[in-house]
Parts: sequence; structure tokens; C-alpha cells
Amino acid sequence: MPQVKTVLRGVRPYGEDPVDIVVAAGVIAEIAAAGSAAGRVIEASGLIALPGFVDIHTHLREPGREDAETVETGSRAAALGGFTAVFAMANTSPVADTAGVVEQVWHLGKATGLVDVFPVGAVTVGLGGEQLAELGAMATSAAQVRMFSDDGKCVHDAAIMRRALEYVKAFDGVIAQHAQEPRLTVDAQMNEGVLSGQLGLTGWPGVAEESIIARDVLLAEHVDSRLHVCHVSTAGSVEVIKWAKSRGIKVTAEVTPHHLLLTEDLVASYDPVYKVNPPLRTSADVTALRAALAAGTIDAIATDHAPHPHEDKDCEWAAAAFGMLGLQTAFSIAVLTMINSGLLDWRALADRMSVRPARIGRAHGHGHELKVGAPANICVVDPGASWVVEPATFASKSRNSPYSGMTLPGKVIHVLKAGKPTVEGGDLAC
Amino acid sequence: MDSARSVVLDAGDIGRAIRRIAHEVVERNKGAADLVLLGIPTRGVFLARRIAAAIESIEGDAVAVGAIDVTLYRDDLRLRPARALEPTAIPTGGIDDKVVVLIDDVLFSGRTVRSALDALNDIGRPRAVQLAALVDRGHRELPIRADYVGKNLPTALAEQVRVRLIEFDDFDEVTIDGGAR
Amino acid sequence: MRHLLSAGDLDVDSACLILDTAAQLASVTDRTVKKFPTLRGRTVVNLFFEDSTRTRISFEIAAKRLSADVINFAAKGSSVSKGESLKDTALTLEAVGADAVVIRHGSSGAPHRLATAGWIQGSVINAGDGTHEHPTQALLDAFTIRHHLRDGTGDLAGVRVAIVGDILHSRVARSNVLLLRTLGAYVTVVAPPTLLPYGVSQWPCAVSYDLDEVLPHVDAVMMLRVQSERMHAAYFPSVNEYSRRYGLDVRRMGLLPPHAIVLHPGPMNRGMEISADVADGERAVMVEQVANGVSIRMAVLYLLLGGMADDGKKEI
Ligand SMILES: [Zn+2]
Repeated sequence: MPQVKTVLRGVRPYGEDPVDIVVAAGVIAEIAAAGSAAGRVIEASGLIALPGFVDIHTHLREPGREDAETVETGSRAAALGGFTAVFAMANTSPVADTAGVVEQVWHLGKATGLVDVFPVGAVTVGLGGEQLAELGAMATSAAQVRMFSDDGKCVHDAAIMRRALEYVKAFDGVIAQHAQEPRLTVDAQMNEGVLSGQLGLTGWPGVAEESIIARDVLLAEHVDSRLHVCHVSTAGSVEVIKWAKSRGIKVTAEVTPHHLLLTEDLVASYDPVYKVNPPLRTSADVTALRAALAAGTIDAIATDHAPHPHEDKDCEWAAAAFGMLGLQTAFSIAVLTMINSGLLDWRALADRMSVRPARIGRAHGHGHELKVGAPANICVVDPGASWVVEPATFASKSRNSPYSGMTLPGKVIHVLKAGKPTVEGGDLAC
Repeated sequence: MDSARSVVLDAGDIGRAIRRIAHEVVERNKGAADLVLLGIPTRGVFLARRIAAAIESIEGDAVAVGAIDVTLYRDDLRLRPARALEPTAIPTGGIDDKVVVLIDDVLFSGRTVRSALDALNDIGRPRAVQLAALVDRGHRELPIRADYVGKNLPTALAEQVRVRLIEFDDFDEVTIDGGAR
Repeated sequence: MRHLLSAGDLDVDSACLILDTAAQLASVTDRTVKKFPTLRGRTVVNLFFEDSTRTRISFEIAAKRLSADVINFAAKGSSVSKGESLKDTALTLEAVGADAVVIRHGSSGAPHRLATAGWIQGSVINAGDGTHEHPTQALLDAFTIRHHLRDGTGDLAGVRVAIVGDILHSRVARSNVLLLRTLGAYVTVVAPPTLLPYGVSQWPCAVSYDLDEVLPHVDAVMMLRVQSERMHAAYFPSVNEYSRRYGLDVRRMGLLPPHAIVLHPGPMNRGMEISADVADGERAVMVEQVANGVSIRMAVLYLLLGGMADDGKKEI
């Protein structure tokens, strides 16, 4: 049987010189001179090839809130956003705190097949923060869970956090902490600052994040385990992580696209589309987060894609749900904030959106260098294109994008997952 | 557009008109007892004070004089942005069983006077209400006429009659402005 | 003028226009016929998601004195903890043709949302939202201060006002700081540091932790209600300690200049932030505040609804 070859014609890996990338049997078979290879040709001249993006922080809402998103719709959104792997957070209903639930999500991901869906397991039963979930059972399940998180809630009990960090060492797991000291954030609605005082919205002080990160990095050091910090949002948190890394502590961190771009002043509109947890911070925080991502202190961009049905945002601020869509805009926000500002080049962007997140989550088969023999998880982007964000056209079931109406730079054109096109010409391939 | 502007009453004319109105008011009411002069803001109030002073010089006794703002009673409120209210000042003693003379600068559609009659109705029950205007420019839209008129001034609808009084505008003058000719 | 959402949206001219209009309207209280026909045929809805009989009645009287039709819509008590959906309620009001919605809501920004989300066409008047603002209260306070200290006309240039108590949770304080400053007054907020918002140093006012130090230098002192339940959240150690340090009693009255007046937005906790003899004393103007509230609300309703349906100008 003749081998089917797919050729990405004239594409520029990491923005470098154009080549033909030849893909066969799910791997990169050959990198040839531009225009020289034969096979099923996907025209890509002028476009940039990057390893398929890996999102280590996605809320796919299934099971339980299929009105907001499903594994299928979330996978579509992810593929269109240039992702080949996503990590599905555990705060579903029921909570992904057993092998059964994580396997269900894993199977749903397989069935859709547009991206590899890696379920995240809950750290504690029901996200209750009191009793460890069966981490080992989830690790050895078909889903092979390696990342555990109570995201949405903080593992605030120091003893539980210590035990979790210790326990996952047995299977090379990592605890992804949603760092939010609960007592300092009772009813918190937005960043605590001058503006929160003026708007009469209860403040979410940066110290509530920073104090948990400080505690956790010390715990991780003490028990010599891996800690991952979700959605870092303040300059102070960056300082703590930088210090921890300088001590050799095994800590990694992510930042969301929205925390790289948006600031708290948007909240003055009281439009809940800007309500997110952790909250939008100040421009000084945004600057520090961009610099930390550029320096590698923050390892990864992760979307914290948080779909919500219309009615959960079409209400007064306090009643609204926290969260924003992210999958279909993450790449463009990264271009806007990191590439166009000169803070990252394409290779470094690939490192923050693919290589490092894959390594943090142990997403085997993802985050590889674009070279012969590597799994053909490839994202092809047009750096010069721009587009207007219209949430109504999103593949996601929800519409809560804070970028609605904005013109963003950079567009995802083609995506190959394990050698098969999932996106071609900006549309889903199947 | 050629916009014409002509002076129809100068300061001397206005003074004479006020004195004549004062005489007519006294004559018709057989004195000044029980009179209450109420000016309609803004310029009607100054006219009321001038007429009151003129009556006082004729009769020797002070005449009750005040102001009645009709804004809240207007029928055209929704045709324009909300406007500031002017003071209403009813002389002590009120208007019950008094002869109220309403005083306005220009009598035009009659709607302002209609509003003033409604406002009076909420304040008390005068024995009679009379109306004085410095200028009657015609174009009535309601069955209202003035008892005392300084000057009858035939106008075109498009024309603007402007009354200036020294208390407010630094000089006394009545002009007709505009109106394409 | 389309909506009244925040005292911060008022410039000195629009604030004075409201005060002056209220002053003209105040004269109605002396008449036998206390009513104007101005808003005949217009509908004002009192939409109260929180109980506040005082504020609701004040708005109701104000609307009725301008001959508006008044619908009281008490959204509270009808459902579970999360309460009635603001949007659904708004759509109902839109369907019945509300020209103005007076809204009291426990959630900061709810009036803003009601005005901007596209649910309704009418004017929105903020009658107190969460811990955000209560602009008509600030207007009536300014009106009362102006009456006593500035002959009832003009702005409040140079008037010194202390606002004392739970600044952190007070919508009255927020609106007053903004409005009084706009009118030229100098405001000092006085509270224990726990009851001051983060970033209060950026507010257009001075800040003090010491009431005794402030009192000799003010022309008016506004005491805010302190909920005793704040004690359980560790904002202060005990009611007694709070009262000793921040309560207005007869001794502290002696520190005030002789012309100074005492305001309180009500309802008062006698014995907590204000002693009974001060509350009943002749320098307390709480009864006037209530009466002035009706005039201020008439003025706001008139200025919002008394002109063209939408003059396309900026919000007041
Ligand atoms: Zn989170």
C-alpha cells in the first residue's frame, strides 16, 4: 500500500527559511527544499510552522455543563486556535476525581479526535479541599493522568497540599495550584486597588495569590516535588516564582492571554464579560507578566478557557460567573502582546505555547521540535493576517469573549494532528 | 439669508408703555387695593416690579408684587431638554380673593398664560385674573387675550420678538429679528 | 440628562442645577396643593431589590408630587438567595413602558448595568447599589449643608465636612466624597483603618483615624451607620470600643465649632455611632434631610423626565 504523504509547501519553520515539510505515518518524514516534495500538497508559502500548541488549562465543562461547552465543541475551538492538545480541568459535574470520570472525558476526546484531550484529575474529593482524591487510580487509568488540580478552588489546607505534592511523586505527577487564599478573597469581585474601592466591588488582593504561591513553593522544596502555578496574575507572584526557581525548586507557571493584555480598568463598565478569576490586574502587572514570560520565569501561556452560557454573563456583575473564552484567541493575543512587542521570537513562542506546556503536563507526542522523526503535531499560522473577533462565529458553545469587536493580528491557517489535517485554510478540515 | 432687525420700542417707549399700563390697571380696578401683580419669569418679573412702582407713584400705596414660574405647567416640556426652574414668589397674603394681574413680556401663542392660569389654580383662588403684556405679537393658539397691552405688533411667524430689559440685559429695547424677507 | 448613576458623573453646573431646582420645588411643601402636573402620563417604577422603606417612600412621594404614575416593584422576598433575575425584571418593566426606573440593588453596578445592557429604554436612577453609590442621598446631604451653611444658594466652596464611620461599605460615603468635592467642599473621612477602602489615599478627600482631631475643624459632620455584624468580621474589636473611638456623643459635640451641623443618612444606631442626646439635639438635621430628600428626588425626576424623551446628551 502506497504511503500517503502530506506536504506543507513552502512553509517557514519558526519563521525561518521556507521548506517543504513532508508528513507521513503521523510523523515528520522529511524536510525538503521548498517546492521540491511531492504528495498531497497544502499550500503554505509565507506561513510559519510551529509545533502544535498545548493548552494546559482548559475548561471543557463536560460532564455536567454541556450547555456551556462539550468536549466536542471545545475540541473544535481548540483545533481552530492552533492547539493539538488540551488539558481539561477537573471542575466538572461530577468532578473529575475518579478514574471513571477522567476516562469518560478521555474517551470523549478520543471520539472527537481533533485534539488530544488530557484530563486533569482533581486533587481532593469533590474539590472539597479535605480528602485526597484517588490520584493513583487516575494516574493508572486509561487517561494516564499526570496533572492534578482543584482549579476553581485553591488547595488551601497546607497539610493537604503537602500530602498531594508528596503523593504524586510516585507517578511523576504535578499539582497545578489555583493560588487563592480563600479567607482573603471572600466575595471578591475584582482586583483590590483604588478602582475596586471606587466601584464598590469587593477586592481580590494580589497578596491572596502571592502568599499561597510562597507557601507552595516552600512546600514543593521541602518534599522535593513538582508544583505548577496556574494563571499567575501579579508582579508579586512573578517575584516569588523567580526566587523559587533561583533556588532550584521544581516550580513551573502559566499566564493567561487575558492577563497579558487586559487590565482592571475595563471593570468600570460593570460588564461581566470582564469578570474573571484571578481578576484582571493593573498595567504594571501586565508588564511584569509579559517580561516574566519572555524571561522564562513563567513557562507557558495557558488559556483558562472558561465558557459560560449567555445568561450567566447577561446580568449584574456580582451575579455573573467568572471566566472568559480563550482557545480561539490565544494565539493572536500572544502575537499582539509578545511577538509584536519584540519580547518573544517565533521559536520562543513555540517554547511557551507548546514545548514547555507539553513537558509540564507530560503530554507525550506534543511539544516536539519540528524535525524529522518528530510527531507531526504542527500548527501553521499567518503572522501578517488580522481578523475581527466575532464570538458568534466561534466553534465554542459560549460567547463570553472579552475581545469581541477587536481586530487581532495573526491567524491560524492549518493544523495537523498526528499528521492529519484538523484545520485547513482556517476552517475545520472534517 | 437676509435677516432684518429693527427696533420697535426704545427705552422711552417702554417707560411710557409701562406707565400707561399702570394707569389702566388702577383705572379698571378702581385703585390698587387687593391687587397682586405676578410676573412670569424671566422678564415678566421685572416688568411687574416696574408696573408696581408706577402704580405706587400714582396711588401712594405699595402694591403686592411677585413671580410665578410656569415651567412645571407647560404643555411643551417634552419638545425641549428639561429647563431650569425660576423662582415662584407669592406675596405674603396670598392670592385668595385678590385680583391677580399676570404680567409677561410677549404675548404670542397664549400657552404660557394658559400654564400660568393652571399654576395659579394650584396656589389659590383669586377673585379675578387679568393679563398684561408689553408686546402682543398675535398668532394666538388658545382663546386668550390681554387686558393691558404695551404695543400691538403684527409679526410674521418666522420673526422673533426680543424684549431686553436693563435689569437683565443692560438696556431697554424691543426688537424684531430674523424672518426671511 | 438621561440617567443618574453616580455622583461622580455630575459636574458642578449639573449638581447646582439639581440643587437649585430642588430649592424651587421645596416651596411646594408650603402649599395646599402639593402637586405639579409636570410628569402626567409618565411612569416611574420603584425597583427595590433591597428593603428600604425610607428611600422608596421618598421617591414615591417625589414622583407623585410631579403627577407621575408610580409602580412599586419589590423584587425582594419573592425568591431564593440569588434573587430575581435583574434582566427578566427589566424586560418586564420595559414591556409595561417604564419611563424611569428607580433601582435599589445589593450588587454594586446593577443600575449601571440596567442603564447600559440594552434591556430597557427609560432613565435609570440609582437609589443605592451595593457598596458603590447613592447619589440622591449625597445630593440631599449637599442641599441640607448648603441650606445651613451657604444660605441655600451656590456651591459649597470651602465648606469642611467630616464623614465618619464605615467608609469601606458605605455607598453614601462614596457619593458624598465625590459630590461634595465637586461642589468645592473639603471632605475628611474618619474611620478605623479596617473600615477604609484600599486606595482611599487616592480619593479626593483627606483621611483621618482620629475623630477628636478632626471635629474642631469642620462645619458639618456626617455620621454613618455601622452594622454591628461588622464586628464579627473583625473590622473592630467590640461595639463599645468602636463607640468610644468613633461615636459622636455630647463631649465630642463640644469639640465642634458652634455653627457646625450633624447629619446622618439614617437609620441611626443610637448609642453606637451617635448618642441619643446628639441625635435629638438641635444641631442634628436628620428630619430636614428626610424632607429635603423629597425635593431632591423631585428635581432629579423632573430633570430626567421633564424634557425631551432623550436629548442625546451625556448622562448626568
Ligand atoms: Zn483557576
